[in-house]
Amino acid sequence: MKKATIQLETLTCPSCVLKIESAAKALDGVAKESVKVLFNSGKVKLDFDEKKLSVEDIEKAIAALGYEVKKSQAK
Amino acid sequence: MQRFILGKKNHITLISAILIATGFTSALVFKNETVAAWALVIASVLGAAPIAIQAYQALKVKVVSIDVLVTIAVAGAFFIKNFEESAIVTFLFLFGAFLEQRTLNKTRSAIKELTEMAPESALKQMENREFEEVDVDEVDVGDILLVKTGAKIPVDGTVLSGEGSVNEASITGESLPVSKEKGSAVFAGTILDNGTIQIAADRVGEDTTFGKIIELVEEAQDSKSEAERFIDRFSKYYTPAVLLIGIIVWIFSRNLELAITILVLGCPGALVIGVPVSNVAGIGNGARNGVLLKGSEVIGDFSRLDTVAFDKTGTLTVGNPSVSEKAYYGDHIEEALGYLASVERQSDHPLAKAVLEEIGDATFSPVENTEVVKGGGITATVDGHRIAVGNVALMEREGVIISGQTKADIDRFEKNGCSLVLTSVNGELKVLMGVRDQVRPGVKEDLSRLRKLGVKNLVMLSGDNQGTVDAVSRELGLTEAHGNMLPEDKSAYIKKLIDEKKQIVAFVGDGVNDSPSLALAHIGVAMGSGTDVAIETSDVVLMNSDFSRLPHALGLAKATARNMKQNIFIAVGVVLFLLASVFFSEWMNMSIGMLVHEASILVVILNGMRLLRYKLRKKPAKQLQ
Repeated sequence: MKKATIQLETLTCPSCVLKIESAAKALDGVAKESVKVLFNSGKVKLDFDEKKLSVEDIEKAIAALGYEVKKSQAK
Repeated sequence: MQRFILGKKNHITLISAILIATGFTSALVFKNETVAAWALVIASVLGAAPIAIQAYQALKVKVVSIDVLVTIAVAGAFFIKNFEESAIVTFLFLFGAFLEQRTLNKTRSAIKELTEMAPESALKQMENREFEEVDVDEVDVGDILLVKTGAKIPVDGTVLSGEGSVNEASITGESLPVSKEKGSAVFAGTILDNGTIQIAADRVGEDTTFGKIIELVEEAQDSKSEAERFIDRFSKYYTPAVLLIGIIVWIFSRNLELAITILVLGCPGALVIGVPVSNVAGIGNGARNGVLLKGSEVIGDFSRLDTVAFDKTGTLTVGNPSVSEKAYYGDHIEEALGYLASVERQSDHPLAKAVLEEIGDATFSPVENTEVVKGGGITATVDGHRIAVGNVALMEREGVIISGQTKADIDRFEKNGCSLVLTSVNGELKVLMGVRDQVRPGVKEDLSRLRKLGVKNLVMLSGDNQGTVDAVSRELGLTEAHGNMLPEDKSAYIKKLIDEKKQIVAFVGDGVNDSPSLALAHIGVAMGSGTDVAIETSDVVLMNSDFSRLPHALGLAKATARNMKQNIFIAVGVVLFLLASVFFSEWMNMSIGMLVHEASILVVILNGMRLLRYKLRKKPAKQLQ
């Protein structure tokens, strides 16, 4: 299990949080309870299984919703 | 494609504005209805695209968001060929979102300033012993780093070589430079004002004190209060309910225009954004002013505060006792002071430190047969004389006779809040000293500000003797003061206040030995100079142990709670007003409804922004007397 922190552009609508949250939870290999989307700081924090997917996969899923990923970190 | 359209939202807004302007000019000036209709049709389709995509994404995760309501309304308007309405509504919605993003960034600016202080790069020693610039994420514990003048210290670490002075304002709020040399601890996010140092990384990234502060503030902004969770649940059912009402109205009235107007008017825009905005601005103001408020739950409790319980030493007082009164008896005082200093020099008791400071220069003699008497003091032999240093009980044990005059002095010192240090030489009392901890400067004014902010009871809980406690209490005008309390007595007392007297209680302490009380009180306020324990166990942290931030923290919490209520009131009021006007007036339509909505969103954001500038008004001291 690795811990990822993904910095997004500014989030403006609280429903964005729900969208990103469900998109991340839907990915295979992401620990569902660990997904946390911080509305004000525009950060996504989650634990994931590096054997099943990479941070890039998670970034892609978020970007597909139309949210720009600025920076990410996994350890 | 989705990404492309969403990415170009601002361009679309601009083009749509131009098209609408073209449409109206050609209709009103050139009387060309065809061009006008086409311009508005294109504007509608273009503007509706990003909104529809967002709506689709929301529906995919089973959320009926505002985008869904607007998309249906616009489609309806399009269907009844009211292109004017569909174009204007989409434009206003997009333009509103643009302004919202801009202003929201302002409310978050205080936190951003904080996170931007985070170090980004470091000069790391590589295998070839050369220093190379790397991203701060690549630094691991144990790495050796070079920090040059003007640079940010990238990690928490220990100085290996070199010296310099560091501005630690980002951690402590104190901007006076602190000098560092070999062995000193340095903190991430602080700035090396001058000098060059090499440091070993002890903690990196989110584990550093600075990283913890940022994480805490970021989580605090997003923590939700009871009221906010209620609004969340409410919005979950609210938007579907509006949609349902729209459909019902349409079925019964067969008036599509009315139905889609209701969809637009019912949008909960200001409601979902109003409370988070107040929250983020309030917490941001705190972060800027050395007050960490951990979330909106804390703000809610704090704003309804009845009682503040204080620890004494280090909180209300400086925590650095000094000799405030003394008396000498008999001859050979100079020698007695020399013996006293010699004995005290070997002790690490806080009173001993105060006594030594008072005596200053003295001739030290070798000390033999030192014996520590528990709860009494010290006995020893110096130059062949038997010396006893301690309290009255020790003197009685030593058989020292205390005269009437001495007794009167002792009573007076104790009444003034002193702890006593008596010294006897060969069974004869020579020196009596009263040691007292000074009240922090400005505490009295701060306490009266707390009272003005509506705090009813100020209580002091201390482990010191009741005499000392009473003296400090009299000086500060506290409601109650209790001495001789162990940490568990303090927490039991707080439990009693909460359970029996039903009060909202805050406890202010240093966060180390008072953690049970900090945890038990509704609001634990830690006087922390950025220490981990204080940051983790408490609800509110006063940076740099600055007591004067407490009234600001309380005032800010109250202002933030008030601001949230105002925003909820504005948001609910606007929706009620709009829905009422659509039924009872002629002039209400979709465009005006959308305009009012977007305006109300800006109003709640601007209202929240006021908190960034919040400052506790300082009334001139003269008016208090």
